[in-house]
Amino acid sequence: MSATGIYNKLVPEPTPHSAPYWEGLNQRKLLLQKCQGCGKIRHYPQPMCAACHSMEVGWVEASGRGTIYSWTITHHAFHPGVRQDLPYILATVVLEDGVRMNAQLRGVPAKTLCIGLPVRVAFETVKEGLTLPYLIPEEPA
Amino acid sequence: MSLREKGAITGVGETAYSKESGRSVLSLQLEASLKAIEDAGLKPTDIDGVIPYASGVVAEDFITNLGLPDLRFSAVTPLGGASCVAAVQCAVAAIASGICNHVLIPVGRNGASQGRIGTRVQYMPQFRVVGEFEMPLGAIAPAQLYAPMARRHMELYGTTSQQLGEIAVSTRANAILNGNAVMTKPMSIEDHQASRMISDPFRLFDCSLESDGACAIVVSGADRARDLRRPPVVVMGVAEGHPDSPSVITQRPDLTRLGVAKAAPRAFAMAGVSHDDIDVAEIYDCFTYIVMCQLEDLGFCKKGEGGPFVESGAIRLGGKLPINTHGGLLSQAHMVGMNHIAELVRQLRGEAGKAQVADAEIGLVTGYGDMGDGSVAIMRRG
Ligand SMILES: [Zn+2]
Repeated sequence: MSATGIYNKLVPEPTPHSAPYWEGLNQRKLLLQKCQGCGKIRHYPQPMCAACHSMEVGWVEASGRGTIYSWTITHHAFHPGVRQDLPYILATVVLEDGVRMNAQLRGVPAKTLCIGLPVRVAFETVKEGLTLPYLIPEEPA
Repeated sequence: MSLREKGAITGVGETAYSKESGRSVLSLQLEASLKAIEDAGLKPTDIDGVIPYASGVVAEDFITNLGLPDLRFSAVTPLGGASCVAAVQCAVAAIASGICNHVLIPVGRNGASQGRIGTRVQYMPQFRVVGEFEMPLGAIAPAQLYAPMARRHMELYGTTSQQLGEIAVSTRANAILNGNAVMTKPMSIEDHQASRMISDPFRLFDCSLESDGACAIVVSGADRARDLRRPPVVVMGVAEGHPDSPSVITQRPDLTRLGVAKAAPRAFAMAGVSHDDIDVAEIYDCFTYIVMCQLEDLGFCKKGEGGPFVESGAIRLGGKLPINTHGGLLSQAHMVGMNHIAELVRQLRGEAGKAQVADAEIGLVTGYGDMGDGSVAIMRRG
């Protein structure tokens, strides 16, 4: 939120192909596209399966668990809306479902970041009709 | 049909580079274009092909202002920073097929005084996918989108920030020798390490400049080039390559492999030369790490060995492979890599002044753009 309480970050413009993904987030679910032709799971949403060229799409809920593949720690506000978040970690994560995602990682000291660190997805409703994913450390089993 | 030696760079033109031109992008591009045409010994009316850069300036602007009576070829090569070298491939292909004779390739921008990068990319179609899925989460600018590639390289291969710094420091030393560079203050590794963190591991001095200005080249058929005013610089081999997962770096199977890895073997095979034949290289340097990764993907060293390679002094003037002898995007100006082509032409003509690589006969130039598009050309003194 900005000082005036108005959400001033960049917002997504869902397409017909991605609308179920964004609607899933609003229900605190991470939905991934599953090809109805060959069964391959893909991310981010796109109209066609690059493996079998089917445009029949189903949606499956991801477990939300994954491990860190890479990351960056941002110290510069490239948009006014992120200024109060600085510094923030953006993690590239391999989900158990085989695809990757990128989101802010919270609750992990920068010094402990490493490839393979277990994390899981959490959800945050930032404004009416918009829920975004972020990442937190996975509790030890 | 191969494009080998079918085309040559016959003219180059540059405006002054600055942080605030005070002029329109079109007027900058027209000035650079006139200079390039004059350098080639041509008249504007000889231009019958144009490949404009995606800067709001279109082919019609060149017809209207240069008074071109019969433009026979126009195209765009939308590969971000890989556009300029990809445009050379496009121009040589058009010439070799007989469509046209002299192709003008202009680039120009007010990158410093208008529309900074974090804002610009939000409107670029190549950034549409990250625009929907990553920018709302705070991954907005190229520095943030590219940094995980560098971090992965550091974790896998032990690459250090100091090794990235060597690229910034050697490039600055070259800029100081150039009469038309924005950054002319000497830089040490300590200066690099003290520069503020932008998006880890990229410090301020790992990032390229934002600049105002324009640069243009003329590409002509190799046979006609011999009769023009200046010694031609012959395009021996040229190729473009698109990385896996070209719209989103996050999903790329190998985060340390760029599109140029696919293009390089094609360009070397077309040129019929080996890496040891390359006397000088102008490597697209939007970020220090992108230079290191390209040196590996081009085959100048093995994957993962880019750090020790640059640390050895190989890329400095007098080293095994001097690179970015003009100061690059890091220290001369961000002219989308057209200034890299202009510098390679100067080197191969023997006109690079204090930065001249002795007896430079064969050189290489690359482009890198958007989420990892690549392009590479190998040229020789004609
Ligand atoms: Zn399929």
